[in-house]
Amino acid sequence: MTRRLLEGSEAVAEAMVAAGCRFFAGYPMTPFTEVLEHMARLLPEYGGTCINAESELEAVGMAWGAAATGTRSATGSTGQGLSLMQESLSELVSAHVPLLVLNMARAQGDYFQATRGGGHGDYRMPVLAPKDAAEAVDLMRPAFELADRWRTPVLMFGDYYLAHTAQSVDVPDVVDPPPPGDWALDGSTGGSGHAKLLSPLGDHKRRDDVGYDLQEHYRRVARGVQEMTEGIEPMWEELGTEDAEVVVMAWGTPGRYVRAAVRELRERGRKVGFLRPVTLYPFPDAAVQQAAKNARLVAVYENNQGQMTDDVRLALEGRVPVRFIGGLSLDHSGFGIAPDLEVATLVQRIEEVLPA
Amino acid sequence: MMIEREGLQVIDTATPPDVPARLVDDFTPELIDVGTHGLCPGCGEPIAVRALVEAIAELGLTQKAIAVFGIGCYTAFSNNLDVEVLQALHGRAPSLATGVKRARPGTFVVTVQGDGDMVNEGLQEVLHTAARGEAVTCVMLNNGVFGETGGHLTATTVLGQRTKNTLEGRNAHDHGYPILLADVIATLEGASFVARCAVNDAGNVARTKRHLTRAFEVQMAGGFSFVEILTMCPTGWFIDTLDAPDYLSGNLAAVHAPGVVKDAARG
Repeated sequence: MTRRLLEGSEAVAEAMVAAGCRFFAGYPMTPFTEVLEHMARLLPEYGGTCINAESELEAVGMAWGAAATGTRSATGSTGQGLSLMQESLSELVSAHVPLLVLNMARAQGDYFQATRGGGHGDYRMPVLAPKDAAEAVDLMRPAFELADRWRTPVLMFGDYYLAHTAQSVDVPDVVDPPPPGDWALDGSTGGSGHAKLLSPLGDHKRRDDVGYDLQEHYRRVARGVQEMTEGIEPMWEELGTEDAEVVVMAWGTPGRYVRAAVRELRERGRKVGFLRPVTLYPFPDAAVQQAAKNARLVAVYENNQGQMTDDVRLALEGRVPVRFIGGLSLDHSGFGIAPDLEVATLVQRIEEVLPA
Repeated sequence: MMIEREGLQVIDTATPPDVPARLVDDFTPELIDVGTHGLCPGCGEPIAVRALVEAIAELGLTQKAIAVFGIGCYTAFSNNLDVEVLQALHGRAPSLATGVKRARPGTFVVTVQGDGDMVNEGLQEVLHTAARGEAVTCVMLNNGVFGETGGHLTATTVLGQRTKNTLEGRNAHDHGYPILLADVIATLEGASFVARCAVNDAGNVARTKRHLTRAFEVQMAGGFSFVEILTMCPTGWFIDTLDAPDYLSGNLAAVHAPGVVKDAARG
């Protein structure tokens, strides 16, 4: 492990390569672009491949093809580019293909896209939302392992701040990529009578009939998603929730600023707690319930019109009132430094909902 | 049986044909798991798929082959071939093929797509894959209609051809002109071998296999190759099954001209 001062994009790229990622495809888009630049530079040094795809549709397709051979693979974009990839993300779940997908998002408008599955069909995928580059680096290997364990795409959900600010990060040593799973394609089973099939429509070759049995396949996919949801340990960070009258929640970058605001209020003797989900799917329902057990209110700060707020309400099932205290806060570019992400502003926002 | 609809003579698809389909011969080709297919009688796609897997077997590529299937009637074969299959989304097979080949350069990778899949939905995929000179082979089964949805206009439908959404025939004013994909791909520097062929008679089937074989050799020598195979679709053309081979040569092949369009190694 080496401690280095890195811009987030480079830290993320270094962490992917260190975790054994050997294939990347992407299409430039701010603020994701630099991840692609660093992967294009780094991967050939480790015998890997990075392709500058002609669109996000092809980027996810290329990553799908590489992942189908059992190569640890990733792709990514910004929310808009992720919208183009949604058809493939949905089908990757049905095809049981492990893949890491990055969203270096603009502001926080993509929570629903990330957690609800922006594509068609009845599917879910794990979503990790680090608060900064250092946490993204720490989560990278677990994210690839989740993808392998559950044979699913996994979303690593960052933003402009994470990608474009520099901080000191502990870059892990580079590991050898894991060997391909027994499901992975390499051509060698051709002619055996049991040639492999990797398909979102089913993975059984049929010798008794023609066509896919979609009824059975979709049932198995649904079971797999359910087992995955129950099998993944949710992750979160909390502070001072044991005596909190009001619990303030946030995710991703704003979580850092909201946490500082909560600390300041606690130093002033206010009974305020803080909880930040790290896994947005599965959502840490039990942790939210526990944190809010004695609270009068759960306040949610997000840099959007209130999206995670829905999940907080679902987690609490009406036991504690939930108040959205966030809102759009953008610079002229629409995704840069949010004026509201200032501790004094956030302290004031929280004070407005504290009991007198 | 023909019926009249809105002043036009069309095939009656609501009632079964007078002569039901029957199994001509009980035969299971090499590398295909089942002796029957679920496609319509007279369909050209099973012939093309058989030629394709036979060419793979004869070149000794069976244990290196990964076939990337698009979405169309031919997708019925993606789960009963005895070569490894990666199923792609509609239009997206060339990008998956690219990822497979780059990750495993020793493999033999072929896409199987229809004209709707390749020329409508995913045109930029095949063009960029050719332009990059990826060492893969893209195969298009071109029947000039969306067969699976029931006979609708595609980007390769020829002028005058009747489809369910061009009942009086494709006309250039309203529907534009067909894209002659093999000719377009041949203009790209990255494409090493480009051919168009058909499966409407025994000679053409033999030529198809020869073009596929050459295309596969070009791929294994490191080049991009493309084979467009014209296939019969009597159901989607709304004609009698037995008329389909002649309809193919008189209509589809009259515009999408068969032959080797480009062979960079041989000039």
